[in-house]
Amino acid sequence: MIPQPFRIRQFRQETHDTFTLELEPANGAAPAAFQPGQFNMVYVFGVGEVPISISSNPASPRLFMHTTREVGTVTKAMRRLKKGDIVGVRGPFGTPWPVEDSAGSDIVIVAGGIGLAPLRPALYALINNRDRYGRIVLLYGTRSPNDILYQKELKQWRAEFDLEVYVTVDRAIGSWRGNVGVVTQLIPKAPFDPLSSVAFVCGPEVMMRFTVQELQRRGVAEDKIYLSMERNMKCATGFCGHCQYGPTFVCKNGPVFRFDRIADIFGKREI
Amino acid sequence: MENMSEILAGEPFLQNMPRQHVETLAGCAQNVVFQPGQFIFREGQPANEFFLIRHGRVAVEIYAPARGAIVIETLGPGDVLGWSWMVAPYQWRFDARATELVRAVALDGQCLRGKCETNHELGYELLRRLSSVVAQRLQATRLQLLDLYGAAK
Ligand SMILES: Cc1cc2nc3c(=O)[nH]c(=O)nc-3n(C[C@H](O)[C@H](O)[C@H](O)COP(=O)(O)OP(=O)(O)OC[C@H]3O[C@@H](n4cnc5c(N)ncnc54)[C@H](O)[C@@H]3O)c2cc1C
Ligand code: FES
Repeated sequence: MIPQPFRIRQFRQETHDTFTLELEPANGAAPAAFQPGQFNMVYVFGVGEVPISISSNPASPRLFMHTTREVGTVTKAMRRLKKGDIVGVRGPFGTPWPVEDSAGSDIVIVAGGIGLAPLRPALYALINNRDRYGRIVLLYGTRSPNDILYQKELKQWRAEFDLEVYVTVDRAIGSWRGNVGVVTQLIPKAPFDPLSSVAFVCGPEVMMRFTVQELQRRGVAEDKIYLSMERNMKCATGFCGHCQYGPTFVCKNGPVFRFDRIADIFGKREI
Repeated sequence: MENMSEILAGEPFLQNMPRQHVETLAGCAQNVVFQPGQFIFREGQPANEFFLIRHGRVAVEIYAPARGAIVIETLGPGDVLGWSWMVAPYQWRFDARATELVRAVALDGQCLRGKCETNHELGYELLRRLSSVVAQRLQATRLQLLDLYGAAK
């Protein structure tokens, strides 16, 4: 699969190290439909290609948005791109969040840091059909108040769509009057029914490990917990083996995994 | 009006605590209210009680010269505030400040220490619960120290 040219329609700096690219096909073609949780391989010409989740609304005009945190060679180069520049895109790839299959349940979304980006399309999809779900609770942890992504939308969703949003930061600065502490501490008291809830979890792996423990302690079943895993990727189509995770490939069998299917390898040092 | 034993029995911290222990605890407990901004206790002061928060939010802070008050964690309804009353020299290690109107039950530490000395079953029950809270907070602090979202993985 060769990368298709996409033009940057908009560049938005979200926080000091995180930005969103809004991409439209440069050749007039319609971008493929995608499901919440899927990712694209984004190619910065002459630099390299990285997997980045799609963070736009799956129901809105066929745009790809990618919210990316600058960490290394490719993402730093991506940060220097401007409106009108062209990138290559392959995708969408990977497994989605089980948005449709969770109808009738409470939904608990636990996000850490940039982990909110792959969950945003799921949030859009849930509120697009708000009446099909019970409570929708978002528990979101970031480093500091300045690192909170999508602030305007969080406020709007809370106000208009009966979404319960609890944000906590590791470090309080300035006039922050909200929660301080790690996101896992929000789980014991969050308002959802553990016996009829489905949990979507995305964040650093250590955070996900402790999140799963807390969810299980609350009584959420293993087969109702979904995690989005990250591994380095190359082909993204299940051939090269770069993203091997135990007996699975993250690009093909993931990135979204049902926890009971990876429980015996999750958190193992050598995997 | 609910009596103190009923209030205590409904607190998550004392869930499934044998009734006779709850009655004993009720003898050392009183309802307290703190206004927004009011200090509940301050570092260095004698730690003579602990609190079960029923309403509102509390910031646990440490004061650093030139940086001011740094919030380490926030606690809310259902949380336990303070365990220095159990550990010599019984002095608060942090400041605790109500950031909203706080209603809580205060348990008199001196009274409890006395009761735990004579009633070891009660002492064990209480310590078991408190150590679980301390372990959870320690785990949370360790995760906070990892700076999970800030630094590259
Ligand atoms: C399925 C999938 C979806 C993803 N979705 C997103 C997304 O929506 N937004 C996003 O910002 N990132 C996302 N990532 C992570 C992203 O792919 C990596 O951050 C990127 O590949 C790093 O490439 P680089 O060349 O910039 O860094 P490199 O030069 O490869 O690495 C530089 C340094 O950063 C560290 N590093 C590498 N990857 C990460 C990482 N993920 N987090 C923190 N440090 C890292 C390396 O250890 C190294 O020290 C996703 C990854 C996968 C597998
Ligand atoms: S990236 Fe090649 S197999 Fe997954």
